[in-house]
Amino acid sequence: MQGDNQALLSVRNLRIEFPNRRGTLVAVDDISFDIAPGEILGVVGESGAGKSLTGAAIIGLIEPPGRIAQGEIFLEGQRIDHLPYEEIRKIRGRQIGAIFQDPLTSLNPLYSVSRQLIETIQTHLPLNEREARARALELLDEVGIPGAAERIDHYPHQFSGGMRQRVVIALALCAEPRLIIADEPTTALDVSIQAQIISLLKGLCKEHGTAVMLVTHDMGVIAEAADRVAVMYSGRIAEIGPVQEVVRAAKHPYTHGLMGSIPHIGHHVDQLTQIEGSMPRLQEIPSGCPFNPRCEEASDRCRVERPNLQGVEQSEVACHLFDAQRVEARAGE
Amino acid sequence: MSDNSSDGAAPLLSVDGLVRHFDVSAPFLNRLIERLDRSYVRAVDGIDFDIGRGETFSLVGESGCGKSTVARLIVGLYQPTAGSIRYDGVEIGPVSAAAERKRMQPHMQMIFQDPYASLNPRWRVADIVAEPIRVRSLIKGKAETLNRVGELLSQVGLSPADGERFPHEFSGGQRQRISIARALAGEPEFLVCDEPTSALDVSVQAQILNLMKELQDRLGLTYLFISHDLAVVYHVSTKVGVMYLGRLVEWADTKTLFENPRHPYTRMLLDAIPDLEMSGRQRIPVAGEVPSPINPPSGCAFHPRCPHAEERCRSEAPQAREYDGVHVSCHAVADGRIS
Repeated sequence: MQGDNQALLSVRNLRIEFPNRRGTLVAVDDISFDIAPGEILGVVGESGAGKSLTGAAIIGLIEPPGRIAQGEIFLEGQRIDHLPYEEIRKIRGRQIGAIFQDPLTSLNPLYSVSRQLIETIQTHLPLNEREARARALELLDEVGIPGAAERIDHYPHQFSGGMRQRVVIALALCAEPRLIIADEPTTALDVSIQAQIISLLKGLCKEHGTAVMLVTHDMGVIAEAADRVAVMYSGRIAEIGPVQEVVRAAKHPYTHGLMGSIPHIGHHVDQLTQIEGSMPRLQEIPSGCPFNPRCEEASDRCRVERPNLQGVEQSEVACHLFDAQRVEARAGE
Repeated sequence: MSDNSSDGAAPLLSVDGLVRHFDVSAPFLNRLIERLDRSYVRAVDGIDFDIGRGETFSLVGESGCGKSTVARLIVGLYQPTAGSIRYDGVEIGPVSAAAERKRMQPHMQMIFQDPYASLNPRWRVADIVAEPIRVRSLIKGKAETLNRVGELLSQVGLSPADGERFPHEFSGGQRQRISIARALAGEPEFLVCDEPTSALDVSVQAQILNLMKELQDRLGLTYLFISHDLAVVYHVSTKVGVMYLGRLVEWADTKTLFENPRHPYTRMLLDAIPDLEMSGRQRIPVAGEVPSPINPPSGCAFHPRCPHAEERCRSEAPQAREYDGVHVSCHAVADGRIS
């Protein structure tokens, strides 16, 4: 499977390692997925599941000593994971935009918004100062900043959290990238602002046909914004599929537990579903399926043999439970 | 207002006209030269509510609405600018009531949001949990104290042997369990929980929420629960108060509030929640943002964002009124313009 023709981004067998004195920690372990043009792929998981690292690997921002130990990343058929620094720098921003969690730290507090936007635009597009400023204004309008003409010369601290995140989105859109990596774009925001930002992101994707990799731990955001969702656990993809199917009929026991542990408004339960224990640390990832010590349905096989992703309905699930079902289903035919 | 809670029993905690302003004026010389006035953040601007024994009262609202300030006022980390706080019928609010507060304070404990910052990294867990016991000399003797600490740790799902370890050896969820054990060590009857789960992952959040519920049933605790997550609030509370810019715009029992929200702000908040059930539904984004509490809008603070605002809302601040147990501060509801 070399860089699928239809996929905008394809990640193949990606493995990210952090060597240290006591050995090598594997933070992301052999994951593969595709994002189609215009698609929003949600990536969920608990802290430490490797979701942000996957995003960082795609834009070439893995910090040493971390390194991509294995695997390939293709953007529109072109392999980008082994490019030299200068090359990936051109792609980053031009073809791949990034939005990070905290809008305050992703803007430079000493530069006005206009300066930051113009600088970014001129880095990627052959425009002069005046044209770049006009483009910056357009972008601010597009992301819904009221009175953009007056506000463009303001500094980041003069904007509220929601407005700052809009500026960050405008920055990411500067060069009309094909793909946006949005790492927890709404986590630092209030619910009402969160709704505004999500609908903005969705609208922009539709208009420009931009693909988005939306990394978040908030299932609500995913359910609302994403087309497909990948659930990560201990550096691996536990389940990936259409959002409706994963949210409503989760297959992997982990996803199932995760969905049950989220309180819902409207139906009252006395106790939330509880997954005992917590995600293992990187030093202590068990053999076989990494979820097996917390899984109620774990068998001996789960403790030894690592499950691979396999198609179940429209999703793909990494769980041995579905091997058995497959066998049964075949036997029944 | 001397309204007792609806079931006739006296409330455990009742808050009346509570106000807290913070002085954020420029330094004296600047004020003199630049002719500036003193300016205040009206963090809490006159709120009333009651909490009955054994209840869980939740305060929700967006950041900056003053919900954490209320929590801090109640446990006495801040002194109120005006208004009264009565605990079990005893006034503990104003400075003059300091002696009373000292007497009542042992009955209250607080759990903070960030389990990484609220535990002393240089202390062993056993010492952290034993601190309230030592301060209040609840138990004499080292061995007995250690026994009690072990008991508390097992009560929150840790092992007594964990007392020998340091906070950094625990994950976020386990640290929050330690915070809870520490709070319980003082044998409180009233716990103020300020965003106890918002720093945690959902699966860990579920464990902590379940634990808190279980402890409430077992020990008959009363909670004041502060959160910005409406789904969590729906799950844990018996009563909910919605705050906006230092005021309580609506409070009612949980079921009523979520099924039949009256205040336009409450409706907006509920509309803004992402819905897991009907994936793909367009939620209606709330227009605009929370204004600055230094210069809140005149009249009803919500009027610039409110679809039902009219002239009166711009000039006159609405008073809280009760409709079948639901307390709402809104002119539109009072005039019957919205049901």
